[in-house]
Amino acid sequence: MLLNQFLVLGAALFAFGVYGLLVRRNVVLILLSVELMLNAVNINLIAFESYLVSAQAVGQVFAIFVITVAAAEVGIGLAIVLMIFRNRKSANVDDLSLMRW
Amino acid sequence: MTFSDWIAEPVNWVFAAIGLAVLFSGFRVVTSKNVVHAALYLVGALAGTAGLFLLMSAEFVAWVLVLVYIGAVIVLFLFGIMITRAPTGLDESLSSDQTAMPALLSAAVFVVMTWASIDAFGTELLATVGEATSTQVIGESLLGRFVIPFEVVSFVLLAALIGGITIARRDLTPVEEEERMSV
Amino acid sequence: MSLAEFGIVFLRALMVFGLLLVATIVNIWAERKILADMQARIGPNRAGPFGILQTVADGLKLFFKESITPRKVELGMYMLAPFLAVIPAFLIFMMVPFGRPFTIGGNEVALVGADLNIGLLFVLAMSSMAVYAVVLAGWSSGSKYPLLGGVRATAQAISYEAAMGLAMVAVVVYSATQGDGGTLSLVEIVERQNGTWAGFIPRWNLFPQVAAFVIFLLAIIAETNRAPFDLVEAEQELVGGFHTEYSGMRFAMFFLAEYINIFSMSAIAATLFLGGWSGPTFEDSVPAFISAILPTVWFLLKTYAIVFIFFWLRATLPRLRYDQLMTLGWKGLIPAAVVWLIVSTISMGFRQFGAPWG
Repeated sequence: MLLNQFLVLGAALFAFGVYGLLVRRNVVLILLSVELMLNAVNINLIAFESYLVSAQAVGQVFAIFVITVAAAEVGIGLAIVLMIFRNRKSANVDDLSLMRW
Repeated sequence: MTFSDWIAEPVNWVFAAIGLAVLFSGFRVVTSKNVVHAALYLVGALAGTAGLFLLMSAEFVAWVLVLVYIGAVIVLFLFGIMITRAPTGLDESLSSDQTAMPALLSAAVFVVMTWASIDAFGTELLATVGEATSTQVIGESLLGRFVIPFEVVSFVLLAALIGGITIARRDLTPVEEEERMSV
Repeated sequence: MSLAEFGIVFLRALMVFGLLLVATIVNIWAERKILADMQARIGPNRAGPFGILQTVADGLKLFFKESITPRKVELGMYMLAPFLAVIPAFLIFMMVPFGRPFTIGGNEVALVGADLNIGLLFVLAMSSMAVYAVVLAGWSSGSKYPLLGGVRATAQAISYEAAMGLAMVAVVVYSATQGDGGTLSLVEIVERQNGTWAGFIPRWNLFPQVAAFVIFLLAIIAETNRAPFDLVEAEQELVGGFHTEYSGMRFAMFFLAEYINIFSMSAIAATLFLGGWSGPTFEDSVPAFISAILPTVWFLLKTYAIVFIFFWLRATLPRLRYDQLMTLGWKGLIPAAVVWLIVSTISMGFRQFGAPWG
């Protein structure tokens, strides 16, 4: 297996994530796009790990860190979404133009 | 290395099958017109990614990905989606109408990254195939060389826990407060 | 892979499948009989001796009934959800060793579906997948009560999974002190519980890890959505919960999945805490084939002892209110599991390495 086949796949997933982040208007879907991008990063980390093979599995350890941070991010993100929905009755970012209400 | 050399290896067929599935799911995550479907396509993309990790002999990370992402993160997403009303039909307002510039930008991102990685690594092969990294190595690395990042991440999680509760908590009215106390 | 090896893998998968199906039929019958006994009723007694064929009759009936598809469903997900319920339940049991390995024609057959190095992680991952069936069934039905059931299921599954995982970690840490290095393989964990202390107390993880066992037991009852934690399908509040809109064979699959899940999770509990298949085999005094079968008998006995607790609690306790469920999970089980993990790890550290000041 080539290293590049994984890197290109990761790049494609990352590009999809960028597209989703810019196009989507629903907050939950924007968060989903961010998850897609983080996942692309994980593919790269694991691919480089099995390309370089460090004695301490550095790439895999960092993938675990990324997964953990992503979990924390979703927790906070969804709490904010719930709060917004409770106040505005909408999860659409275009409706969130006010700085206060 | 030509394409016919590449495709001659059975492991690359597996890669191609999983990779195409992941790409399709990833594409549907950002284009689907139904929130729940988008989340489920992300499950597909993540499951495929776990498969790729198994191909690259990262067994532990693959199952952690399934456990944390598919088992918890996406379930939380579904929870959030259902609490913020999830229609079973299609919803046109999920995406903005202006798709040209984002598409151009993401294509540019893809081209630049692909060009850079092909330029840098060409046809380099992966070193480890088949031998799974033992969980012991990862554990020793986490609690040895990376113990400080590990502690920092645990702090991030704690902060997220407290932050999540603080943000989502609704202040009770005095009447509700009294009811809560009496239960 | 030679033909014999392939045959053995096939045989193992077949054994797991057969064992689970038979166990499920027995489970459903046993639940009805035990509940009936506890409520001073007779229970099923018409089909076969003691009504044991009642489940088969019910299954046949459901098989021939029409699967009604309501008009408002989201068809793809609606059809997929019952399968999503059954598959993880089967896969969990693949990791459980249910007997001592035996030899056929020079080939060793391990009585386990698959022995993964990270078996326990796989079990956790699969048990967290089970919630998808409930959520998707609830959402795709396009109906209010199933949706409420689905939303309840997500919150419940996530809350109790944390406690379950922490209880498992305590066992893994303990069993690392019982052998050479840590392990996540269920086969290895069972082998480390073989033998006795002082000649008559079995070396089960239950005794040193009793708090973890209680937490784990409560968590698996909540994970399988059984009474008193069955808010997902609370009949009096939600009609039937997530499977309100299902009928015929599709409903039967949810039903099957629930009982397979009970059996699988009880088997995991028996494996982690009650020593799995380990037990006396009386090799000197009984014929060889009996001592070969005895480990499987011990395993089934232990598993059914835990299954019995499921039924017993269902007959005894009223259903929790939703906020009580969340309070028990987040303020009760998770802190208890964390404290127990810390305490037991520190005491194991003392035993293993001596006091840090000494």
